[in-house]
Amino acid sequence: MPIDIYRIDDRLIHGQVVVGWGQPLNLRFIVLVDDEVACCDWERELYRMGVPPNFELHFETVAGAADNFGKYVQDRRHGILVTRDITAMAKLAALVPEIRTVNLGGLHYSEGRHKRLRYVFLTEEEEQALRGLAQRGVVVTAQDVPATRAVPLDELLVSRRDGA
Amino acid sequence: MSDQPPYELRTRAVVAGHGDFALGVVSAVDQITGRGSVLVPLTNRGLSGDDIVRVLREALVAAGASVVFTDLPAGSWTIAARRLQRERPDMVVVTGANLPSLLDFVFQTGLAPGPAAGHAADKGRGSLAVIGNAD
Repeated sequence: MPIDIYRIDDRLIHGQVVVGWGQPLNLRFIVLVDDEVACCDWERELYRMGVPPNFELHFETVAGAADNFGKYVQDRRHGILVTRDITAMAKLAALVPEIRTVNLGGLHYSEGRHKRLRYVFLTEEEEQALRGLAQRGVVVTAQDVPATRAVPLDELLVSRRDGA
Repeated sequence: MSDQPPYELRTRAVVAGHGDFALGVVSAVDQITGRGSVLVPLTNRGLSGDDIVRVLREALVAAGASVVFTDLPAGSWTIAARRLQRERPDMVVVTGANLPSLLDFVFQTGLAPGPAAGHAADKGRGSLAVIGNAD
């Protein structure tokens, strides 16, 4: 069973991931890919406490996730891989060509970012990084929860800045 | 003469939830008891993970509160509250808050906020009931 979703979400683990996607897809494990979290006992414990007991939680650096990718895709259960930002996902996708789809789940406002959707704000550099992913054949869509429409990258990047 | 409201009406906790959960449940507390001012509602709508921590920190300082009620144990507010506990060991976090728990909290004026939060959690836990045939 391949990993069901490769998600970019600046909140990492939260309600949309655990419940919003977790329930309908019957997700049973999460691979949290973040160099800072993976190297900090306290951060790992923080996120571990936030995950229901029926989920298995793995912490990986980008390099570690690439090294262990085969183990995760061989897991027979449904799973999700999540990074905090586009940079980490782009690095991982460059190391792991098997990643063919990327879900933009939540990149919220910060200085320099422009609104693309209610839950997606991007800098020019981030837009370029997403285009780079697409040029390598990765299908990038934005979708915060399963009940909403997946917005293709081309549409996202021309969408009105008022969040339409 | 003090400008402060009487203790039973003073802000003592933050309620942090998804969407309009906090606004709605605090509104319900106010309608039932007139003590909605005890609770500060927060939404995470449109906030990044870092923003959620900042907003919660600022709300606690502004309210002079040390108790946080969150709606979802696995949610971003709970993660943020746990993160703040590292810098504020006096903080008490109650997850899975519901209306009965908050009603109990606002009436616990004889307890310090921490023990009152524990009492409220017991009340909220005990308020769940199934009526009718659930098989």
